[in-house]
Amino acid sequence: MGMTMAEKIIACAAGVESTKAGDIETVTLDRLMSNDGTTHLTIDMYNKLKHPHIADISKLVWIVDHNIPADSPKTAASHKKMRDFAREHGITYYEGDGVCHQLMMENHVRPGELIFGADSHTCAYGALGAFGTGVGCTDYLYAMVTGTSWLLVPETIRFNLHGELKNGATARDLILTIIGRISANGANYKAMEFAGEGLHTLNMADRIAVCNLCVEAGAKTALMEVDDIAMDYLKEHGREPKAVFKSDEDAVFSQVFDIDLSEIVPIVAKPHFVDNVVPATECLGVHIDEAFLGSCNNGRIEDLRLGAEVIKGKKVAPTVRFLVVPASRAVYNQAMKEGLLDIFIDAGAMIMNPNCSVCWGACQGVIGEGETLISTGTRNFKGRSGHKNSFVYLASAATVTASAIAGEITTADRI
Amino acid sequence: MGHTLVEKVIGNKVGREVTPGEIVTVDVDWCMVDDIMVPFCVSKFEEMGFKKVYDPDKIVLIYDHFLPASQVDDSRHFRVGNEFAAKYGLKNVHRTDGVCHQLMTEAGYVKPGDIAFGTDSHTVTYGCVGAFSTGIGYTEMAGILGTGQLWIKVPETIKVQVDGKLPANVTSKDVILRVLGDLTASGATYQSLEFVGSTIDDMSISSRMAMSNMAVECGAKNGIFVPDEKTCEYCGIEYTDEIRALRPDEDAVYARVMKYRAEDMVPVLACPSQVDNIKDVSELEGKQVDEVFLGSCTNGRLEDLHVAAEIMKGKKKAPFVQFIVTPASRKIYKEALDDGTLQILSDAGAIITTPGCGLCCGRAGGILTDYEVVVATNNRNFLGRMGTSKVQIYLASPATAAATALTGVITAAK
Amino acid sequence: MSETFTAKIWVLGDDIDTDIIMPTEYLALKNVEDMKPYAFSPLRPELAALIGPGDMIVAGKNFGCGSSREQAPEVVKALGISCIVAKSYARIFFRNAINNGILLIENADLRDYVEEGGVAEVTPGEKIVYNGKEFKIAALPDNLLEILNAGGLVKAMRKRNGLD
Repeated sequence: MGMTMAEKIIACAAGVESTKAGDIETVTLDRLMSNDGTTHLTIDMYNKLKHPHIADISKLVWIVDHNIPADSPKTAASHKKMRDFAREHGITYYEGDGVCHQLMMENHVRPGELIFGADSHTCAYGALGAFGTGVGCTDYLYAMVTGTSWLLVPETIRFNLHGELKNGATARDLILTIIGRISANGANYKAMEFAGEGLHTLNMADRIAVCNLCVEAGAKTALMEVDDIAMDYLKEHGREPKAVFKSDEDAVFSQVFDIDLSEIVPIVAKPHFVDNVVPATECLGVHIDEAFLGSCNNGRIEDLRLGAEVIKGKKVAPTVRFLVVPASRAVYNQAMKEGLLDIFIDAGAMIMNPNCSVCWGACQGVIGEGETLISTGTRNFKGRSGHKNSFVYLASAATVTASAIAGEITTADRI
Repeated sequence: MGHTLVEKVIGNKVGREVTPGEIVTVDVDWCMVDDIMVPFCVSKFEEMGFKKVYDPDKIVLIYDHFLPASQVDDSRHFRVGNEFAAKYGLKNVHRTDGVCHQLMTEAGYVKPGDIAFGTDSHTVTYGCVGAFSTGIGYTEMAGILGTGQLWIKVPETIKVQVDGKLPANVTSKDVILRVLGDLTASGATYQSLEFVGSTIDDMSISSRMAMSNMAVECGAKNGIFVPDEKTCEYCGIEYTDEIRALRPDEDAVYARVMKYRAEDMVPVLACPSQVDNIKDVSELEGKQVDEVFLGSCTNGRLEDLHVAAEIMKGKKKAPFVQFIVTPASRKIYKEALDDGTLQILSDAGAIITTPGCGLCCGRAGGILTDYEVVVATNNRNFLGRMGTSKVQIYLASPATAAATALTGVITAAK
Repeated sequence: MSETFTAKIWVLGDDIDTDIIMPTEYLALKNVEDMKPYAFSPLRPELAALIGPGDMIVAGKNFGCGSSREQAPEVVKALGISCIVAKSYARIFFRNAINNGILLIENADLRDYVEEGGVAEVTPGEKIVYNGKEFKIAALPDNLLEILNAGGLVKAMRKRNGLD
């Protein structure tokens, strides 16, 4: 019987010939990412171990991205704990260089790898054909100490993409549409796999945006077939694949969806759930106080280009705070080189240092009571971006930028 | 009897000669209210029973301390400000443009000879263009918003004269820190500092701003510079006879005269936790730091970023040291973007934040924890200002800050 | 303002800055009541809870130096402090305190003589008596007394605007 991509990656990591959905495998992890959301807790637990030990230092990547620069002594103390530990043990460490998932894609992830990240959006790594999944700090610690973990092999939902995006729709509109269709728990414990000729029309930024958001449908991981576009990206960043897998013809999928990309339209996910999606046109006129272009979902150079194209020569509405937050230093530098930052700064946007910003909602642009944010971030849960009585709408870079100009939700073609 | 510069500025406003110690009521040219104080000022204004502001065009609201907002109630201050502006017809509202004290001159408000008050103590900065400006509380500001006037006691003047050429690694920040150390934190309370001499004449407006900005740290009511051609060019105005007359008389009477030779100046630091606790950088060289902050209304200007970029070009910051750069305004950010300065700093590993008060006001932008050490270019190193009471804050020039970011230990620029 | 009163003394040092009196972190709290617990916290975190109504602060030179934040004198008033005696005051704090109707007394000697927890007898504009020793104090200038006697600047302005 054939295997899915997810099954193949797990089998490879477990050192077994084959495996199938529902089996439990002990796997050796290829990489372990952790950020300042929880690393301090992992360190506390590590320090209580009787025989503290790290299986393979070279597999650890630690990234400070959530609250940077620090906004309180408490944050500073947790950063210091992380920095000191990384320094003492020689762990690969980034501080202020960008959002963890973006840095992982730029510098570490390889096709065929099995990666644990102490952050739910670790599923983004599927854009390079790697099995990335989010874990809590206890699981993380176990993997850090032993180099291994156990994994329930997930069933796979397959999405065959056809055609091409048009009508101002973006990959983000695509994944929001999918989440709306299968609901916020439609892929619980499962892998979401993307293939089909339509996949080849999506660039790497598109692919990362799609995979990154799959956790919002409950998915354990997201996976995409590795094609020339993915291989070119890898090569550009100076890396080789571990292994390139694709699902067998006779692999068993729990569900198969065929998606016509040309039917996708600009989408808005309304408060307070990611699957509460409607066409953006149904939200026209909703007053906004803040707009956010950034995050591990939509803070890449392609997204900034899209935003810049919409706002060039125009101004942010006077009372709107428009946060533009490149996802990494590399993105920031590239945007600087291409003149995009100039366009945003002339328009009245606030350009911030690469970090998670208001998507995380602990500092860096939090919204107040009764305020409304339109965001390219990952989540719109109640209170996610600030006050418990505030409202977050999720939309694409184009829709968010257009709304920042209008001061109310609108689409780019209306600007 | 002759008059000092500040006596002339105040005298021009009240239309007669004034002498130190007398209490006069002045018409106010500019009122600056910053985001922290907006809601407090607005509620006092309304409690006082005013129905309109004295002149909506002379009032400037600036949001800077809470940008980006780091606490959920921060944006309430913006909303209250926006409502107040709408209700009373205020057009001069800067919501995301940078630090208030940078904008008040940069955006073309305060000019030589003006009288300005602001709800922040570093309002003294505008002395850089030959204005009388000083910080007040929000209740007094509410009173001015309604009446357009405020009483002031005409201050005595301390003359600070600096002549000669500064060594290459010494900036105006080192000069003002030296002066503060000599005067002490209360050495000029109720008085005005008047900066003169050939070194001062040679300085850019930005360099002068760093000095007037810190005048309040020795208790001074303001710190003022004689407006010259450079000033007028900066302000976009003509160097008229009226402005030419804004200079101290030969026979002006000073409470004290302090004279310095620029050649004697060395890079210095204000050590924890008093701005007047001044030591030569050489005494502290080699002390490990955790963070370096380049920014604020004291030293977040283009020339400060240039100084840092020149030192850091092609190099990397020390590993595990955070180097945070916060340009003082949107205009400065753009200029630094366009001339390649931000590229150099980003390549060196700097965290470049959005323009605003940043770390200086201690609510975000790189807060530290117990026993951490920061070298910062801002104006205050008070206990707990940037985190816990056990954080050690050293104030320094942009040159010292950049050199320190490179090595990770306190270092004077070469 | 000339009635004699007695007050328990809290002693502070030189250069007590506004960041100590009211740290920036708490400046956006909606009202001064909420800020009260944090007064003086960088220096003496326990102090705010110990201060009782009618107590007085005796401090060294340059009290209130630093920022123009009026939350500093307002919180001192909200804590119930009846008056502050310092060797000297920073200028903005001085104005802000008067505008909030707080009695400020300048005296060079008292600080070095008193002990925390002691009780002083204050006759505004005239003298302070501590352990039988008398310290002369000066009266405020007329324009300031006017504001103080009106109960602060807000009340003075309300009167001007025909409201009270």
